[in-house]
Amino acid sequence: MTGVVGIVLVSHSAQVAASVADLARRLAGAGDGVPVAAAGGTADGGLGTSSELTARAAHEVDRGAGVAVLVDIGSAVLTVKALLAEGDELPERTRLVDAPFVEGAVAAVVTAAAGADLDAVVAAAEEAYGYRKV
Amino acid sequence: MPGPAGDGGAASAGRDDAHKGADVPRDGDAVLDAEFFLRWMNALAQAVNREAARLTELDAAIGDADHGTNMQRGFTAVTAALEKDAPDTPGAVLMLTGRQLISTVGGASGPLYGTLLRRAGKALGDEAGVSRAQLAEALRAGIAAVAQLGGAKAGDKTMLDALEPAAVALDESFAAAREAAEGGAAATVPMLARKGRASYLGERSVGHQDPGATSSALLIGTLEEAAR
Repeated sequence: MTGVVGIVLVSHSAQVAASVADLARRLAGAGDGVPVAAAGGTADGGLGTSSELTARAAHEVDRGAGVAVLVDIGSAVLTVKALLAEGDELPERTRLVDAPFVEGAVAAVVTAAAGADLDAVVAAAEEAYGYRKV
Repeated sequence: MPGPAGDGGAASAGRDDAHKGADVPRDGDAVLDAEFFLRWMNALAQAVNREAARLTELDAAIGDADHGTNMQRGFTAVTAALEKDAPDTPGAVLMLTGRQLISTVGGASGPLYGTLLRRAGKALGDEAGVSRAQLAEALRAGIAAVAQLGGAKAGDKTMLDALEPAAVALDESFAAAREAAEGGAAATVPMLARKGRASYLGERSVGHQDPGATSSALLIGTLEEAAR
């Protein structure tokens, strides 16, 4: 398989999505190696989820190795699920990742930067739930 | 269950001039054609406009105070899309509506209502006219998809509390469906929210009618208007 796994971050807030993308890129030291796209807020700049921004971001980061989509809450989860159910809205091999947003994003980008495949990227992000802080 | 006369045959009365499908059967049963579904969606858009402030007020109590605005944005897009390119089958009307809602609403009601209508539209296939019983069955398929998408069930204080009884009552008549939906929405008042933002409120969610169940009652209630 060729290409690196792409990461999409879907948040209700444009700033949250962009900032978490930036944080994950920097912590991973990924430079431009891992395509990470932020899809935050609605298309008109409000709070909420945009299926258009989400679909566009997923196509933007697709390099043929799959796309991992991390989401925050509520409508972000439902929007991505609905897009996946449509079948043809997102690139083939797009997965909704069940992970904490910030920690999962960092784990996903670090793992993708190491050249891992989609399964490994998804697993790394999901493992972030297992890290107890107290 | 009462026969076709249970609905007064209103849905099929006097709309022959507006027909698009060539051979829609007219056997006295309430045959619902694309025109009926377009009337339904337009009546729903008007109802959403009319009730937007109330939906947002209900959402302000237990949600993030945007349900009315979000639904209005979605149905404005729906009305424009249906006007621009009116689909000529019931299924296609619902599919186009659902698609517009998913892409324009911006909140959880977008994917939820979008999934409900798209799945129902898919279940209707490409028939030019469907019976009320077929519509009820298609709605039940849509409702099952919504329940799966949101992981909710009846009693969780969601749109399902209005939709589920309504889809059963729809086998009887449009009026029965409206009453069931309104009753279902009212029944959410004492419930404890288990899904969505309202669930974070715990006990404080009790005593407020669920905004999603309320807009679902509009969806079902406007069927009766479209049938007139």
